[in-house]
Amino acid sequence: MKNFLVFCGALFLLFSTAIHADSSDPTTPSSSMEAMLVELTKVSLKKSLPVLKKIEHESSEEMLPLFSTLLSGNLYYLKSDRSLLARVKQDGKTEYRPLFDSPTANNALTLSKRDVKKVKVNNKLRKYLRGAIARIQLTSKDIAKRQAAVRSLLSSLDSDTIEHIHQLRSQEKNSSVKNMMDVALNLYSAENATSDVARVSAIRHLEGSLENDVRNLLTKLTKDGQSEPVRQAALSALKSIDQQVNRYALVDQLFFGLSLGSVLLLASIGLAITFGVMGVINMAHGEMIMLGAYTTYVVQLLMPNHIDYSIWVAIPAAFLVSGLMGVAIERGVIRHLHGRPLETLLATFGISLILQQLVRSIFSPLNRQVSTPSWMSGSVEINPVLSLTLNRLYILAFALLVFFALLFILKKTSLGLNVRAVSQNRNMARAMGVKTAWVDAMTFGLGSGIAGIAGVALSQLTNVGPNLGQAYIIDSFMVVVFGGVGNLFGTLVAAFSLGIATKFLEPVTGAVLAAITVLIFIILFIQKRPKGLFPQKGRAAE
Amino acid sequence: MNLLTQLLSSSSKHDLSQEASSKDESGKRAFGKHTAPFVVLLLAVTLLASAANLFLPESSALYVSTYTITLLGKYLCYAMLALAVDVIWGYCGILSLGHGAFFALGGYAMGMYLMRQIGDRGVYGHPTLPDFMVFLDWQELPWFWLGMDQFWFAMIMAVFVPGVLAFVFGWLAFRSRVTGVYLSIMTQALTYALLLSFFRNEMGFGGNNGLTDFKEILGFDLQSDATRVSLFVITAIMLSLVFVSSHYILKSRLGKVVLAVRDGESRARFLGYRTQNYKVWLFVYSAVIAGVAGALYVPQVGIINPGEFSPINSIEIVIWVAVGGRGTLIGAIIGALLVNYAKTRFTAILPEAWLFALGALFVLVTLYLPKGLMGLYDQLKSKYRSASDASPDSNDISSTNKEANQ
Amino acid sequence: MKMKTLVSSIALAGATLVAFNVQAADTIKVGVLHSLSGTMAISETTLKDTVLMMVEEQNKKGGLLGKQLEAVVVDPASNWPLFAEKGRELLTQEKVDVIFGSWTSVSRKSVLPVLEELNGLMFYPVQYEGEESSKNVFYTGAAPNQQAIPAVNYLKDELEVERWVLAGTDYVYPRTTNKILEAYLKANGVAEEDIMINYTPFGHSDWQSIVSDIKKFGSEGKKTAVVSTINGDANVPFYKELGNQGISAEDIPVVAFSVGEEELSGLDTSPLVGHLAAWNYFQSVESDANEEFITQWKAFTKNPDRVTNDPMEATYIGFKMWANAVTDAGTTDVDAVEQAMIGQETANLTGGTAVMNKNHHLSKPVLIGEIQDDGQFEVVWETEGVVPGDAWSDFLPGSMDLISDWTAPIKCGNYNTKTTSCSGQNY
Repeated sequence: MKNFLVFCGALFLLFSTAIHADSSDPTTPSSSMEAMLVELTKVSLKKSLPVLKKIEHESSEEMLPLFSTLLSGNLYYLKSDRSLLARVKQDGKTEYRPLFDSPTANNALTLSKRDVKKVKVNNKLRKYLRGAIARIQLTSKDIAKRQAAVRSLLSSLDSDTIEHIHQLRSQEKNSSVKNMMDVALNLYSAENATSDVARVSAIRHLEGSLENDVRNLLTKLTKDGQSEPVRQAALSALKSIDQQVNRYALVDQLFFGLSLGSVLLLASIGLAITFGVMGVINMAHGEMIMLGAYTTYVVQLLMPNHIDYSIWVAIPAAFLVSGLMGVAIERGVIRHLHGRPLETLLATFGISLILQQLVRSIFSPLNRQVSTPSWMSGSVEINPVLSLTLNRLYILAFALLVFFALLFILKKTSLGLNVRAVSQNRNMARAMGVKTAWVDAMTFGLGSGIAGIAGVALSQLTNVGPNLGQAYIIDSFMVVVFGGVGNLFGTLVAAFSLGIATKFLEPVTGAVLAAITVLIFIILFIQKRPKGLFPQKGRAAE
Repeated sequence: MNLLTQLLSSSSKHDLSQEASSKDESGKRAFGKHTAPFVVLLLAVTLLASAANLFLPESSALYVSTYTITLLGKYLCYAMLALAVDVIWGYCGILSLGHGAFFALGGYAMGMYLMRQIGDRGVYGHPTLPDFMVFLDWQELPWFWLGMDQFWFAMIMAVFVPGVLAFVFGWLAFRSRVTGVYLSIMTQALTYALLLSFFRNEMGFGGNNGLTDFKEILGFDLQSDATRVSLFVITAIMLSLVFVSSHYILKSRLGKVVLAVRDGESRARFLGYRTQNYKVWLFVYSAVIAGVAGALYVPQVGIINPGEFSPINSIEIVIWVAVGGRGTLIGAIIGALLVNYAKTRFTAILPEAWLFALGALFVLVTLYLPKGLMGLYDQLKSKYRSASDASPDSNDISSTNKEANQ
Repeated sequence: MKMKTLVSSIALAGATLVAFNVQAADTIKVGVLHSLSGTMAISETTLKDTVLMMVEEQNKKGGLLGKQLEAVVVDPASNWPLFAEKGRELLTQEKVDVIFGSWTSVSRKSVLPVLEELNGLMFYPVQYEGEESSKNVFYTGAAPNQQAIPAVNYLKDELEVERWVLAGTDYVYPRTTNKILEAYLKANGVAEEDIMINYTPFGHSDWQSIVSDIKKFGSEGKKTAVVSTINGDANVPFYKELGNQGISAEDIPVVAFSVGEEELSGLDTSPLVGHLAAWNYFQSVESDANEEFITQWKAFTKNPDRVTNDPMEATYIGFKMWANAVTDAGTTDVDAVEQAMIGQETANLTGGTAVMNKNHHLSKPVLIGEIQDDGQFEVVWETEGVVPGDAWSDFLPGSMDLISDWTAPIKCGNYNTKTTSCSGQNY
């Protein structure tokens, strides 16, 4: 097996240097690259940078796997012969394959952890590796990769790179890549061109670009002892860029507010049912959210190889777990306290303590690790100054989806009809043949189940631990009371307005004071309008 | 609302008010019966324990350690706090989930006085600034710390600040007729907002660390046994005073109106009483008691920090009252003493199980003991009496569960 | 004859007395004052188990002074006033000889007056903000100059960082550390506008705007780093937001002082790879002592996945030093042990020797590690030799002139070298 590996490595090196031979120094012996690769496994972390530079200098695209594997921290070597391996995690298994094999080739090696050692990497190396990959990828076939490559080079332009980009530009067909290359060229000449005229014209061309490096250069040009025309051009370009940036910053802030609002909405929407519709003060509501989050954790434990799909299993599972717990609480405790809201408050608080201690005993007091599916990580970049994080975007959409689904259930299904009937007039509903006890249990189950679903979403944003629920309980109550009890739309409006208000306050006052200000505002608001933003209409006496 | 429910609800209210009046009489009996003996018992135990601590040698079997004395002192402060909650919850139907805030404010006033007493004996030796201000680079004392070096001023603040806060909050809330669960949630929000504020270091109250490392009170060394015992005795006396004064207030005409507000606020209002005024003043009275309890608590435990504002603490107070029996002053005191004693014992033996036990206590008491231990006691007593008299007086018992559940 | 009887009876009485004493104190009691419930239970239960493990090990070796050790565990339940109460219980009811305990500063501040009043002895094993030195406490965690300042030096010298974000939770440790760092950076020529300070409440979970601010702050052309004193629970959402907004460790590295192996075990570390932490100990350090310690820990907790961390090493060092000091002093008397502690040396788990200084703080090496995807740290830098812990920061105006020296003739925790006076001692 090992012999085979050495053979493979040797074969590859032979092959790669064969290609290499036409483009660069023909006197390089084929063994020099091999020697460098072996050296890479021997040198200490501090000395590996020069080795890598040499490797980059003497190779081209074929070393891409080396750089990218090292960048991701998956580069290993066989202790016995120092041949390089790539660690691949697939279906929950870890396997090692020879680095330069095509990923489709089925020649994973069965090696134990002891046979291999990691090639270490640190931030300095990572930074370098990114640059190296970008330089290599300038000629990549993938348009997005080419564009990203040019972009990542913006901060480190030198005359060699510029020349290279210049050459490539003449062959480039894609307009967006061309634009990016223009930015790079202009950026370079704005700083380095010999004549003021050339510099000013380069600066003019940069005006529409929102790239950071452009802005930084322009800022620099307005300060230094530049010639007056250059300085003026830079100033006006900077001004127009800043205007745009500020506009996008506002959009950004609005998105943050909406995102916080969606979290509040998710956290409080279940409460809007149990508290708003049924009139039950459910202090264990936060723990229903917590149970949902723990369900996500358990689901991920059960299907470690399919994290990407785990969420789709976790949502119904969390709904069931929290919903059933809700039904149990309703049947076991709340039913007996009907019409005594203050006492349900105490009893459900007791339940919340028990549930917290329960998960603490079962799952330990430590936070549990919930992974984010790959499709939820990262962000969509709209332009260089505005990017929206994907998980927040999904959660925003999800919150609205849940909201409208719930609205549909309440308005269009027979369960919803019964729920509304019981909440409006319990006795009359009973007289009309509605099984009020059953409806109560179902309503409470529904509210709790939705809290569970909220837990799935929150597990993607925050800690999954025994205190998860407590962090949201007061906020949830504030949202429901502020929106108007018994009014789902009120909850929606309240959640988003509180979210946006907090996010616009935060930069001015700081996070702590923003939270306090919002709280005090709600307290005063409720004193003024005890029934919230959208009071339930009716003739109910005091 | 349809006619049927209106009828139902009005008839149930009718029941309640009747019951309330009958209960009032039994209440009177309860006052007369328990107040004096309880005060005597409390003071006697206090004096005996103090004497045992000061005059008996440590080896004696009857010796009461200083540890026990401070523990008892703490329990009595909690009992006073429970009494404060009971006055408004048990007698006026206002469930406050934010009474910890008034307690903590009183505590901070005392803490500030004790901090100022340290003077230049802090670790940095600064003549006026407390240590936490020195190393966070404060240049001068914030205005609200001025005057706090005077004991009388600090003590006025200890009752004034909680009182004013309660007045403003109560005036706004009761005038707008914020009642029931809304009010409870608002009080919770209030204490939560204060919690966040006091955590901020810019506020000038020492942030998360709060105020600690006190040295002396009125010139007496806080570490000495004599001072500790005195504080304990003062706490017991204050508790007795508050107990007796609450008893008289609630027995007076004002107390009757308060009960009426609890059992049917609209009716009381229709009868011409300005119910919100009664509620506001009772709320302020209750907040002041809580403030006094806090001021007594701080020198005995030696630290005050924002943790006291946390909503959970305030909810815990409510459970003390519920366990003991709300609507009976003595019940609140007994509840506070029992639950806290159980907590001390329990957390020592089975720390993991304490939250289970506390949680179960909440559920079981609300489900099966709506009137707490005092209710159970009354029930047992009347059962015994009815058994011996053979003339059942069951009317009183069967309906007790319903009342005071506004 | 008479004389003889007298002597023998005195001897007998003496013997009975000695026997009685032995009877009364045939074990040495070790108090453990760590929260086992409430919010701090997450971190503190680990330390309780560490002390129990050390006690068990010591007993296997035959105890101390010929007596067995007995651990007395109480639960202050993350309730700060309870630390004082339980501390008093340990000292007066249980009559323990030493206490290992506390995690948060406020819990230490709460129990401190009790320790000083009753002349107890406590070992405090967590990194903290300094500005304290009590006769009755030994601080085996890092002072700011053993964690924060070396970390900043590393960023400044090795990563050429020029702009600084000091982000922390709003409580005393971050406040003090950031004050010290701000003064230190300014003294090193960093301009005011290149320092951004930000505080958030405990358990802060919505980091969108702050991370976006950091991103903006870091995009202005100068190399930027975040020095994080963000506490416990707020870290997970913080790092998640960093990852999602596309800030990688190469762009803006975050160096944290409160994130260790235990905290990492609760989160998916892949988006964190490359971010840094500064500690005196990492589980990944390869040494025989460390390997033995880890094996022992996993066996003791019967859990092969348990990790070790810096406060555990601090507990380990504290316990070893105390045991040696008791042996040297030949008694568990607090004053004798306190004097015997100064100058004690114990091997670190990571190699080298920890020394207890006159200010009750340790001299320890400082390590900087990069987070790996398996939840461990890769050491990328360490100080040459050990750094002595400094009780009073040299960078704060209030404490510049203060030193701590518990040996004669000064014998003071906060001795002012300018006024040559010692202020506010409780004894």
